Amino acid sequence: MEHIVIIGNGISGVTLARHIRKGSDKKITIISSETDHFFSRTALMYIYMGHMTYEHTKPYEDWFWKKNRIELLKAHVTKIDTSNNSLKLDHGGNLSYDKLVIATGSSPNHYGWPGQDLDGVQGLYSKQDLDTLEANAPNNTVCKRAVIVGGGLIGIELAEMLNSRNIPVTFLVRESSFWNGVLPEGESQMINRHIKSHHIDLRLSSSLKEIKSDENGKVKSIIIEETGEEIACDLVGLTAGVSPNINFIKDSNISTKKGVLVNRYLETNVPNVYAIGDCAEQHEAIGQRRPVEAVWYTGRMMGETLAQTICGNRMAYNPGHWFNSAKFLDIEYQTYGWVFGKKGRPDYEAHFHWKHEDDTRCITVAYHKDSHEFLGINTFGIRMRHEVFDQWLTEKREVDYVMQHLKTANFDPEFYSRYEHTILSAYTKQLQNV
Amino acid sequence: MNPPNPSMSLTKPEAFDLSNKQKIATAIGVIGLLILVLAAFNINFPNRAVVLTVSLVMISGGIILFANDLYLGKHAGIKNDGVMFKSISSRGLWAWVTGIALTSFYLILYFKAAWLGLGTDGAANTGVIALFDPLSYLLNGGQASQWFVYGTLYTIAILFLGYKFLLKYRHNRYERLRTFSVMFFQLAFAFLIPEFMARLNSESFSLPYYDLKNIWPLNYYNFEQYRVNSMIEAGDIGLALLLFGVASIFIITPILTYKYGKRWYCSWVCGCGGLAETAGDSFRHLSNKKQYAWNIERWVVHSVVVFVTLMTTAVIYSYLGEDSSKYWLTKSTFLIGVASLLTLVFALVMIFKRQQLAKDAKYGAIGYFVIVMALIGLHYTNGANLFLIKAETLRTSYGFLIGSIFSGVIGTGFYPIFGNRVWCRFGCPMAAILGFQQRLFSKFRITTNGGQCISCGNCSTYCEMGIDVRAYAQKGENIVRSSCVGCGICSAVCPRGVLKLENDHMKGRINSNDILLGNDVDLMALINEK
Repeated sequence: MEHIVIIGNGISGVTLARHIRKGSDKKITIISSETDHFFSRTALMYIYMGHMTYEHTKPYEDWFWKKNRIELLKAHVTKIDTSNNSLKLDHGGNLSYDKLVIATGSSPNHYGWPGQDLDGVQGLYSKQDLDTLEANAPNNTVCKRAVIVGGGLIGIELAEMLNSRNIPVTFLVRESSFWNGVLPEGESQMINRHIKSHHIDLRLSSSLKEIKSDENGKVKSIIIEETGEEIACDLVGLTAGVSPNINFIKDSNISTKKGVLVNRYLETNVPNVYAIGDCAEQHEAIGQRRPVEAVWYTGRMMGETLAQTICGNRMAYNPGHWFNSAKFLDIEYQTYGWVFGKKGRPDYEAHFHWKHEDDTRCITVAYHKDSHEFLGINTFGIRMRHEVFDQWLTEKREVDYVMQHLKTANFDPEFYSRYEHTILSAYTKQLQNV
Repeated sequence: MNPPNPSMSLTKPEAFDLSNKQKIATAIGVIGLLILVLAAFNINFPNRAVVLTVSLVMISGGIILFANDLYLGKHAGIKNDGVMFKSISSRGLWAWVTGIALTSFYLILYFKAAWLGLGTDGAANTGVIALFDPLSYLLNGGQASQWFVYGTLYTIAILFLGYKFLLKYRHNRYERLRTFSVMFFQLAFAFLIPEFMARLNSESFSLPYYDLKNIWPLNYYNFEQYRVNSMIEAGDIGLALLLFGVASIFIITPILTYKYGKRWYCSWVCGCGGLAETAGDSFRHLSNKKQYAWNIERWVVHSVVVFVTLMTTAVIYSYLGEDSSKYWLTKSTFLIGVASLLTLVFALVMIFKRQQLAKDAKYGAIGYFVIVMALIGLHYTNGANLFLIKAETLRTSYGFLIGSIFSGVIGTGFYPIFGNRVWCRFGCPMAAILGFQQRLFSKFRITTNGGQCISCGNCSTYCEMGIDVRAYAQKGENIVRSSCVGCGICSAVCPRGVLKLENDHMKGRINSNDILLGNDVDLMALINEK
């Protein structure tokens, strides 16, 4: 029986295993050194905040794996020997495979900051990171202040987590406004204000110069590059993005760049070796997507696609329209299609922006300046229906149509206040002014 | 579970300790409660009206102050911070203390009301029940019973813990309206109206205590001889109430459930649901989501329906006459009616909805078969006996096992251990019947939002009915479940906006295909091939 070995028990690897099992009888082994069972990484923050326990984050009960004949191996792969189709494991053993799938995800970026390896400095990605955080910052007497470096989604989640335990947070963001590499100006500024309203000390245009140590090798303070200011702290959260977690592959025959290089079939340069999820890098970007996409959903989709290939129906990874979502403290965010911030915004892309007076809801609609084709939408504080936008994007609807039919796309709970009418009149008024 | 990840440090996460204001609020509430406890120990307070008012105001005030401090200082939004660390909400010491205290209170209330000071055989009340006499005289003109004491405390719990719930979910209009609704129905329908109705009773006119929103089979005693008699004797008003009781089962309930799902009752009207949603909100995550719990649930709750149907039929049968010249409803007309109705319901379901039911249909079939056979057997034994058991014995065992032990003692007393909807989920025959209607003939469903689910598990964790919502959401499937009471919390706690409660067309309600958007269309088609 063909033996499929998957390194990594995240969403990509597990989705792959489940779909291989749906389509075949192959022997499947998932290797992970992180946890015994699959859990939802996106829910780690809720464990620290006390909304859930680790058990709650497991999407399948523990008997699921045996019942579906998916073998789980807790080990760390140290070396891949592609010429002998075998893996070397940290506890000395070897494991041979017929097909190998690398689904090892990401690890937090370190930019060589002085002091980045001190005690009390950490990222937030794995279960182990969470355990470390519980030890570093159990409450505000042990951790009197935390500094978070990096203005992305993990950074703001970490800020929210620490805030839930009343630990004062200083949040260093290199950019002039929060996440404005991705978000358009109006939205990014609204989030700035929202962060500050939670008593988080948000420092924009601020980067980390160095982390200072006390006599025990534990973090004592940090210095801000731009101002030279020293901030005393007991925890430094490094959340300046993630990179593919592929160090152990570097000396194998598998070619890598930033991640493991794959073609559209998710195949590496070595036959019978594949890579999916955050650690995979496309030779050429697909559409306007980045070559490495560290997103939950794309990991899931790559798993589904590769399962088809492995079960004998060779299939290219062909993601549909881009979408994503996040939550900034109390404000939910959804995006469908493409809406660019300043960075990387094409010349033809025009925006309509509407913000509610309560400063927690806004939308931005991107459209083509000349053809008026609808390109994408960002919504804050208003839930939208994925299915409807997916269809409108496929049908290449005009922006006027989208604005007039926004009501069909609303996904807010019953009895919620609706804003389509206000949005439409703002939109019509703006067009008249232009 | 407390705490789930033992901290490596020597200190505990004291960020979740009580604030000073919360400590003061707790003290006020506990002193208010202490007055009741002292009264229960037969401390005779002078001026009971004042003492009772002080006690109830202190309890309510304590809850209000506590809730204000807990939520008003924070932004509106989902705030479940520390739920899994707090002793009371993570099956810690306080959870056990509260659970045991509540359970003991229920046991005494149901079986040893005299210990609380209930005056028997016309004697005056003493103890804590006497303390409630002034309020009872004010409302219904008579002295208090243990049920009056219980009803008052129950209403206070729903009103003021409902206030806490309102603050917690103040950003969510669905939750706000729903809470106002249960607060209103408890205060007006369950508490005040029956008391005022009792006031109308006189030598010549008598109505039984009737909470109008309490529908058979939840109020399994509604068609007992003494009730039916007193309603018939009370003339037009009584007859109207009797007809309303029948109509609410066969007409009102099915129509509303068809349009809105069983949530119109379970989480907007019902008193048990009202207590679960307000007082029980802190325990909703404790419901068991394991697959075995779901299997037990289906067996137990449907058995209760079978039991209650059989029991009610036997009870009504036992007081009907044989002679059709005296009254049109005779023993045999009644039994033939019940058997035909059950056969009709069963036949219609099997003809039109067969494909939507797998195992449940078999359970249903077995249940109905048992009842119909029992009815026939009942008739031919030609007496009040069913399987040699007297209808009255059947009724008292139901009253004891289901009415007292299950719905009261376990259902509410064990909130801090098993979660807040144990009774609704495992025991309530009304919920089972409404659930049956919801599953097969309702426009209600919870829809999932394309491919946006990140499987975080907040929805499943906070589902009080133990539904693994995440399992549906991560597949992109609509959630059409008979147990769902439509509380809307899954939708509220979802950080990605994936879930929405909807009433829509019957068509396409159950999508057997998984719709996970984001993929290319061919792959979706392949995955959905089954």
